[in-house]
Amino acid sequence: MNTHRPILSVDGVSKRFSGPYSLLRRLKGEPPLAVHALSNVTLDVERGETLGIVGESGCGKSTLARCMVRLHEADDGAVRFDGTDISNLHGSARRAFNRRVQMIFQDPYGSLNPRMTVQQIIGEALSVHKMRPKADIPARIAELLDLVRLPADAAARYPHEFSGGQRQRIGIARALAVEPEVIVADELVSALDVSVQAQVVNLLLQLQEKLHLTVVFVAHDLRLVRHISHRVVVMYLGQIMEISPADALFSAPRHPYSKALLEAAPELDPGQKNRNVALRGELPSPLNVPPGCPFAGRCPHVFDRCTVERPLLSPRGPGQLAACHLTDFGAAEAAATLPAQPGH
Amino acid sequence: MTASTAQTTMSDGTKGLVVRGLTTTFDTTRGLAIAAADVDFDVAPGEVVGLVGESGSGKSVTLRSIMRLIREPGKVSGRVEWGGRDLVAMPAEELRKVRGGEIAMIFQEPMTALNPVLPIGVQIEENLKAHTGLTGSQRRARALELMNIVGIPAAERRLDEYPHQFSGGMRQRAMIAIALACSPKLLLADEPTTALDVTIQDQILKLLLDLRDRLAMSVVLVTHDLGVVAATCDRMAVMYAGRIVETGTVAEVFARPHHPYTRGLLGSVPRSGHSRTMLQSIDGTPPSLTALPQGCAFHPRCSFATEICRTDRPPLDLIGAGRRVACHHHEEVAAAEPIL
Amino acid sequence: MISLATTTRTVLRGRKLPRSLIGGGLILVISLVMAIWPTLFAPYDPNLFDYNALLAPPSWDHPFGTDSFGRDVLSRVIHAYTIDMQIAIFATVGPFVIGTLVGAFIGYVGGFWEALFGRLVDATVTFPFLVLVIAIVSVLGPGLGNMYVAVGIVGWVFYARLVASEIKVQKRLDYADAGRVMGYTPMRIVFRHLLPNAITPAIVYWMTDMALAILLGSSLGYLGLGAQPPAAEWGVQIADGKNFMNTAWWISVFPGVAIVLTGLGFSLAGDGVAELLRVRR
Repeated sequence: MNTHRPILSVDGVSKRFSGPYSLLRRLKGEPPLAVHALSNVTLDVERGETLGIVGESGCGKSTLARCMVRLHEADDGAVRFDGTDISNLHGSARRAFNRRVQMIFQDPYGSLNPRMTVQQIIGEALSVHKMRPKADIPARIAELLDLVRLPADAAARYPHEFSGGQRQRIGIARALAVEPEVIVADELVSALDVSVQAQVVNLLLQLQEKLHLTVVFVAHDLRLVRHISHRVVVMYLGQIMEISPADALFSAPRHPYSKALLEAAPELDPGQKNRNVALRGELPSPLNVPPGCPFAGRCPHVFDRCTVERPLLSPRGPGQLAACHLTDFGAAEAAATLPAQPGH
Repeated sequence: MTASTAQTTMSDGTKGLVVRGLTTTFDTTRGLAIAAADVDFDVAPGEVVGLVGESGSGKSVTLRSIMRLIREPGKVSGRVEWGGRDLVAMPAEELRKVRGGEIAMIFQEPMTALNPVLPIGVQIEENLKAHTGLTGSQRRARALELMNIVGIPAAERRLDEYPHQFSGGMRQRAMIAIALACSPKLLLADEPTTALDVTIQDQILKLLLDLRDRLAMSVVLVTHDLGVVAATCDRMAVMYAGRIVETGTVAEVFARPHHPYTRGLLGSVPRSGHSRTMLQSIDGTPPSLTALPQGCAFHPRCSFATEICRTDRPPLDLIGAGRRVACHHHEEVAAAEPIL
Repeated sequence: MISLATTTRTVLRGRKLPRSLIGGGLILVISLVMAIWPTLFAPYDPNLFDYNALLAPPSWDHPFGTDSFGRDVLSRVIHAYTIDMQIAIFATVGPFVIGTLVGAFIGYVGGFWEALFGRLVDATVTFPFLVLVIAIVSVLGPGLGNMYVAVGIVGWVFYARLVASEIKVQKRLDYADAGRVMGYTPMRIVFRHLLPNAITPAIVYWMTDMALAILLGSSLGYLGLGAQPPAAEWGVQIADGKNFMNTAWWISVFPGVAIVLTGLGFSLAGDGVAELLRVRR
């Protein structure tokens, strides 16, 4: 619909991991179980936006994030950065891609090498990518620490001397050291306390503004994703259920799963107490994804077509896509709330 | 305690839980850590009370201290009144009858709280064996009934399965079934949904509310998630650095927080209609329990702090019926621009 | 070894040296000094025959007594430090270095090489270590040089197994992925990032292994497959004294005490190093 090219596009990506291969299965001559972490995922990340990816455990959101930075290679399909298939990049081209697309990790304890000082961690990124002449590196480190609001004396210290929130800031500083265009943040704040979460989220919002970053924000916390994102991708069992502008998703979700997810997330309003369970049933195992719609087993609106035919993502409102056979699901609410306005 | 008259009438008239001056300390290599200090709160029958705070605030320690589940070198003092008896001073033998009988507890991580080598059914029956005089077949029937109450499908078959064969949500249900075995009057829940996905969390929270109604039991729910408190609790107590800083009904506290920490916590959580705006975060990080600041423990992070906050610790004052706050400037805080 | 340097550099910040390291280190430093300058301490030439004092019991002249050739046992025990400390180091450095490198490679690449290595480990652990070494020395011929070769052939496997399993744990942590996302080369990730975090168990094992190497060297010396008489070596000395155990116990007992003491030094130091290298989170 647009003439410009998305900065990062995911085109029909699938990813399988081999699961446990039990003796019984071997004896029966059956193939090993495979976890279908992603199946046929397609989405675009536009330059300068924050794209939220949300879903429950096993939905494939972390696998997708890792495919985007090429920590995983896609089994099928392609991830394109600026139009180039990233699986074709080698040598210096690959390093250039790494420089332009960075990742920040979830675990504030595991994501920093415990035997290196902050200065060594950030300095290594600067020197490997030759971001600054050697003599300017200490000054640049100080600048980066200031950017993520860490005290200047942090440089000489080791990761274990910092709190969880501070460690995440170090992770952000390391990613920013190579002046990337895209940052993929995988559950950036979910290991942090609420008040510290807010600090890091604010920092990310400010940095994005200042440095014109494109951010892919992967999280399980719907409130947080809604707050930070321009557009939101809702995933379930390795597939995209809905892609919507954040406001539209929250006012008028067009997929039953998005709606259930919204209802299940507890709101900060004691007046809204509700005793009805948003969604019954269990998360199915990704070892055995049902044919048809992956959500069919728990969907309150399921009908016979859902169990045999997998619905494809198709347009709903402006900039809104959903994968559901009920094409007018949520249409009434959408008409009531939104005077048709383009997404962002 | 200054204004305990209001509460004594309550503890006399009914048989709820009354906690007074509960203090738990740990002797560590870095000095004495005061994990919970002078904690006062009440739980009326049938009431759901939320204990909210961040990591290290003392919420879980408080819950465990009620059941005396604090291991050496931890020390518990104060009073925990339950049915006219003091759980802190009670002999171990008697306490065993209360634990798992009248008061039950569920934990955050059901996989570690359940015994991995025993079938779920056996673990439920174990509790019945300890606290009731039921025969083997009666126990089996009761276990089946409990599995149905907590909503585990195909209960007959699942009684003989092991914890690893259950999903996270089902494990939490199984743990609740064990806790309910002897129809407790008080359920202590320590972050019961933190490890669960949001749709499963929603199911478990609503199950707890249903059970509260059906069994007329009280619940103390420890959580860090204010959304969970809003959705489930009647009253709440906010903890910071081992102390309760504010209590009241959930509606009151959310509508008009009187403590700057409560206010900051509420502001830290993203709400609808304010996309991509700065959150009202709290600067800094919680203090170490071995090196608490002088005066009010929150003052280094507080935008309302003045000289008195650096020198004098504010008492937990009564400011309305069942409404308490520990802040020198609570009126100012309450009068500040609303954040919700 | 950059990894080793990073590992040690990071650990000394603001920490007291563990007591076991101080104790063990002291024993080892004294042992090393005696190994390098034995003549400073030994009152006699270790190979000087004194036919006037055959099998003399401990006395002021000969504090540890003399052996059947009238050689001073104290001087021989001191001179043996040269050979035995050399065994401790030479028999273990090779396995440590080779094993660490191979282990780092196997742990990082996994797959086929890991499976192949697994078979090799199985084959090696099937035989008792000593039996395997003796078999190899028998083929190569007795002597210290061949003993080092034999121990090297067998010993690296244990280091490699330790390092490989630790690298496998470390490479799954987010900091390794952070390095990959940064576009760092596998060499840099392994040697700069993973190995400093994975090498601790190997270093600790190295310490105990040096004690074991002395025992092994002495055993082979005793069996006549290691250091050759008349060299002063504790195992050879114990073998020399075995016929006189009832009449002249001092010939065997004092070298034995030296073995135990040096072994104690290594294991204390090993404990201390383990404590010192523990990563704080």
